[in-house]
Amino acid sequence: MSFLQYLINGISLGSIYAIIALGYTMVYGIAKMLNFAHGDVIMVGAYVIFTTISTMGYPPIVGVIVAVALCTVLGITIERIAYKPLRGASSLAVLITAIGVSYFLQNMALIVFGADTKSFNSIVKFGPFHLGGLVISGETLVTIVSCIIIMIILTTFINKTKAGQAMLAVSEDKGAAVLMGINVNQTIALTFAIGSGLAAIAGSLLCSAYPTLSPYTGSMPGIKAFTAAVFGGIGSIPGAFVGGILLGVIEIFGKAYISSQLSDAIVFAVLIIVLIVKPSGILGKNRQEKV
Amino acid sequence: MKNVKKVLAIALASVMAFATVACGNEGTPAVGTESGKTAAAGTWRIGGIGPTTGGAAVYGQAVQNGAQIAVDEINAAGGINGVMIEYTFEDDENIAEKGVNAYNSLKDWGMQMLLGTVTTTPCIAVSAEAAADNMFLLTPSGSSTDILEGKTNAFQVCFTDPNQGQGSAQYIGENNMASKVAVIYDSSNAYSQGIYEKFAQEAKNYSFEIVSAEAFTADSNTDFSVQLQKAKDAGAELLFLPIYCEQSALILTQANAMGYKPTIFSCDGMDGILTLDNFDVALAEGVILLTPFVADATDDATVSFVTKYQAAYGEIPNQFAADAYDGVYIIKAAIEAANATPDMSVSDLCDALKEAMVNITVDGLTGTGMTWEATGEVSKDPKAMVIKDGVYVGY
Repeated sequence: MSFLQYLINGISLGSIYAIIALGYTMVYGIAKMLNFAHGDVIMVGAYVIFTTISTMGYPPIVGVIVAVALCTVLGITIERIAYKPLRGASSLAVLITAIGVSYFLQNMALIVFGADTKSFNSIVKFGPFHLGGLVISGETLVTIVSCIIIMIILTTFINKTKAGQAMLAVSEDKGAAVLMGINVNQTIALTFAIGSGLAAIAGSLLCSAYPTLSPYTGSMPGIKAFTAAVFGGIGSIPGAFVGGILLGVIEIFGKAYISSQLSDAIVFAVLIIVLIVKPSGILGKNRQEKV
Repeated sequence: MKNVKKVLAIALASVMAFATVACGNEGTPAVGTESGKTAAAGTWRIGGIGPTTGGAAVYGQAVQNGAQIAVDEINAAGGINGVMIEYTFEDDENIAEKGVNAYNSLKDWGMQMLLGTVTTTPCIAVSAEAAADNMFLLTPSGSSTDILEGKTNAFQVCFTDPNQGQGSAQYIGENNMASKVAVIYDSSNAYSQGIYEKFAQEAKNYSFEIVSAEAFTADSNTDFSVQLQKAKDAGAELLFLPIYCEQSALILTQANAMGYKPTIFSCDGMDGILTLDNFDVALAEGVILLTPFVADATDDATVSFVTKYQAAYGEIPNQFAADAYDGVYIIKAAIEAANATPDMSVSDLCDALKEAMVNITVDGLTGTGMTWEATGEVSKDPKAMVIKDGVYVGY
């Protein structure tokens, strides 16, 4: 019985990682950069929701819509100001810039919202459900369902629409995409917009499941989700989903059956083993880099 | 572009030159021309360090505010030995390196005594620096024995961690609160680890049994489903949480969601949970915590302090604020007993205060008849409080 409960808890934690990982993997797959500020966009989204729901008293759905809108704008702005000027620079420079943006967002949140931890009111108003001795929270159901819906929409968008095809083309070969008349800058901006909008949704679900909110809320889940994205094969959308769920389940099982102190060590040890056996991740494409 | 680089190079070079000069001064404290010290001649300069931002900000802010009230009172009444106090507080975000940086900038300011730091981890780092400088250190709430160990300059206002662990085991055992106890503690935090170890050791002397002891670390401190599930499966009636209130809030929420309702017992780290922004205090109903300060006590000193604190900062002070308030008065008592003057060097002042500390007895908000060992440990009794209808009341 407790095995099943652990499994449910693991999937619940994993689906949150998966939603965050979707954002990482999209941006990496298309812009070929690691957006380390992604976790902090999540935090900003959560604060926006907190402000609209708890401080201004609007219903949760309004909060989520406002947060998605604001985070989309934030994502485009970050891309325009911090990343676009570095398009030709080495990937290391962009990486460091992303870390800078991450700290910038954290410290802005510190100034604007203060240091003290806020208690977040869940946007999910139903549950928990009891099945025999098992407990499934409403947040878990909503997270898993949203994660699957988002994945389906993203895959359809990329495969069926012109803008999506442009993204695929840019990710395959930026130079060739330009020659085919694709506006690379616009495509990358669109990627950031979608990624940041997803971050807002992830923020609402993360803080509903674990209802505290501080300027550092996004950083650790961000790192874990990044791990999940690498685990599943960075750049692959189903990979992010699989990686996220697996990571969550491994973490909870590690805690439950091996040691609650070593759970992170176990997670990362599994990551190392997977990367040794399959360097591109579970569902990653093995693509040869041409020199 | 070239000009910009040149200007930058000159600016950097001058900054470096300046820094070298500054370091030179610091390295030779025997020369009595340090600007900091001459400026401090007519005042007592007490420095404070603690997290006013970050996850543990509740504690740092409480200490900063509590000490400020005591400083204002003393200055209004004519200072210590007729000399006014100047008090400056620096943020360390509960990070050891930032604590040391804060300590160094307070030294530059001319600090003579340190009332800090607030949280254990930075305090261990800062107390090592302070011991090297022979700077008098009184921590209001840093409760690890590592802060005191091997140092003669460091004293505590609060209990040590082992003291809290022992007190908790004793309280649970003597009041027969439960026969099966579960513990969730933070193994990446010296405070939590220290309390847990002593608690586990002491528990053997009492009739209850620790059926589950699960840890978490700073990197995985949001999901407690496994730890709670294990406690529930083991049939624990009482959950001991020697951790800070931020994680306790999550644990209370998650335990409630899974329908697990043990008695919650905690230490002074739980203090502050009621002031967490937007927290549903109904979840904390019935939580018992061991702490030396009760804000609803009716003695004159407590009432006066709570009224002043509420008027100035708009909230009920927690134990940390009271510790800091007492800390300032303890420094005052020590200075008066030692007959110290502000023109003494930091090291001479520390030596004088050290001697005075073991001889003084202070009645404060957090205990009457507080006395100190030469090791720096305080002796006073813990009180238990319970949360009822969203406020702390004596248990």
